[in-house]
Amino acid sequence: MIFRVIEKPELKALFEIVSAENRVVGPVEVGRDQDNHAIYGFGEVADFNRIALGYAMTSLPAKSYFLPYKEDMATFRLDGKDWQKTVDYNMDAPFVFFGMHACDINALNKLDKVLMGAVYPMPYYAAKRQNAFIIGLGCEPQPYCFCRSMGSDTALHGFDMFITDLGDRYFIEILSDTAFNLLKKIKTTEPVEADHIKYMQAAAEKNKKFTTTVDTTDLTKILDMEFQSDVWKYWGDKCLACGTCANVCPTCYCYSVEETVALNLATAQKTKMLYSCNFIDFAEVSGGHNFRPERHSRLKYRYYHKHRGFVEAFEESLCVGCGRCGESCLAEITVPEVISSVRGGNIQHGK
Amino acid sequence: MGNKLAFTDIADHKHDRKTDLGSFECTYKAEITSIHKLTDLENLYRIQILDPVERDHFDFRPGQFLMLELPGIGEAPFSISSSPSRKGDVELCIRKVGSLTGFLSKVERGTHVGIRGPFGTSFPMEKMHGQNILLIAGGLGIAPLRAPIAHVQENRSRFNNVDIIYGTKDPSQLLFTYQYDMWQADDIRLSIIVDKPDASWTGRVGMITKVLEDMFAARDDDFFQNTYAIICGPPVMFKFVCNMLNKRDVPMQKMFVSLERRMHCGMGKCCRCNIGSTYTCLSGPVFDYWTVMNLKEAI
Repeated sequence: MIFRVIEKPELKALFEIVSAENRVVGPVEVGRDQDNHAIYGFGEVADFNRIALGYAMTSLPAKSYFLPYKEDMATFRLDGKDWQKTVDYNMDAPFVFFGMHACDINALNKLDKVLMGAVYPMPYYAAKRQNAFIIGLGCEPQPYCFCRSMGSDTALHGFDMFITDLGDRYFIEILSDTAFNLLKKIKTTEPVEADHIKYMQAAAEKNKKFTTTVDTTDLTKILDMEFQSDVWKYWGDKCLACGTCANVCPTCYCYSVEETVALNLATAQKTKMLYSCNFIDFAEVSGGHNFRPERHSRLKYRYYHKHRGFVEAFEESLCVGCGRCGESCLAEITVPEVISSVRGGNIQHGK
Repeated sequence: MGNKLAFTDIADHKHDRKTDLGSFECTYKAEITSIHKLTDLENLYRIQILDPVERDHFDFRPGQFLMLELPGIGEAPFSISSSPSRKGDVELCIRKVGSLTGFLSKVERGTHVGIRGPFGTSFPMEKMHGQNILLIAGGLGIAPLRAPIAHVQENRSRFNNVDIIYGTKDPSQLLFTYQYDMWQADDIRLSIIVDKPDASWTGRVGMITKVLEDMFAARDDDFFQNTYAIICGPPVMFKFVCNMLNKRDVPMQKMFVSLERRMHCGMGKCCRCNIGSTYTCLSGPVFDYWTVMNLKEAI
């Protein structure tokens, strides 16, 4: 891996270079909550000063830029008994993602496994993923973050460059030739031993700040053992089956496909929409049989997919520990508490 | 050098392999060449791919399914009900239950549909050579079994005893009645049972498990250890039938079930068919019983 160090004002110079000719998406403040705390989101940015470099966590993940909530897959021209299908993978111009935290980069890496690495790679996703220039950004652990437990607190790949704050300067990891070439245009220096020490100190400081942990030891087996456990019923009774957790999850990729005919009956559209396994009809088949009619069975399925099934398939969990689902859950159901209760811990529900 | 990012072309392969990016929404345009009414609810549709090259290229194995698309109406998975050796077209046995199948029940011959696939796993027919075959179908479960039955008929000398046990709610729901004589002529023993007989019914009455019990009593252990079972039916049937066969020591790796789930993509993406995180469309729809035992809530 190649490293560089830059003086802090150089970051603005870098932004101006990439934003001059490309669409740039980054973390911005989108509003304030009732306690006057900033609410962050990802949005298009043209002005460097709008980027919230110290953002805590965005309410919505970065996935909408790679897996839009709603996306047209194909269009049809209808003509009596005949029709013509036109497939469009919705390739947009390459864009820059300026300031993505490690958990969100790891979320994309996990999505890559199933959407690009497995059989039938998905061009709709690949078109956006492979054309995104990603600048990672170090973060400050929040009370709800348990990414360290999920092994997602640092990103090893899946980005072009990663920026870590050393206090007085920025430390940059470079992973692509595009990033290397861009950095030639600003003032950088080779890191010296003192910079390495500072980097390691910063990492150690960050690690001390994690307060929430999830014990994933033997979790796949424990989930199988506790499949009939009453705790699922407990959480299922609280769950509103609203699908918010899947909406804010950076790795939830399940979808449904719908086709609609235009009012003039001349064209039709095939649309894919992200869906949630908590919705009642998720596992319903034709004729009305529902494989998961109860809320607790659907909530349980979600945990099984994330923490058991995906581990079995790809040897890692589908959860990055960003904590968004717990923060946004109206019933205040959080991953650390559900997993702890499945492991036999006491339930101390509520904030 | 400018600072504008360059495009990464995602379709950098030829589009001739199933796993290429360009094949994701690869739809064959096909024509419904015949519609055969089987019952009040089910029709048998014969579907032919229009392009002769694509048609020659299309190949499937018994137990696989395809996605049938009616532009503007929707797309749904259907298991192929015809013999794989029958080149040129496929047959789908479809019950009128939803919006897509309801629309299908009204279309005429000559309508163009889209098909994608074939997808999923198949019944390992070659492995079954020299063995007894026990095909158990409940209701519409006969549809995916018609392909392996056709394979058995075409290669009858390669198999030992072949039995079909088929049960429906009432006699009016029996499918493919016109084929029963042909099956029996090919030395396939056919046992039909209905749950609710009508006035004219002279056959057996009860559940499929009743036929199985009789068979268990009539045949020895050796028979069942050398038997491959192929099972498809409503969810409740799997549990009873698989348990019974398992108790009678039919080896688990010789018991195959075809599971029904509502796929939206057929390619291991949408998760709608997931059991745990096992995709029914990729690892199934045909599973051996050992795999099913290890999947929570599969049957």
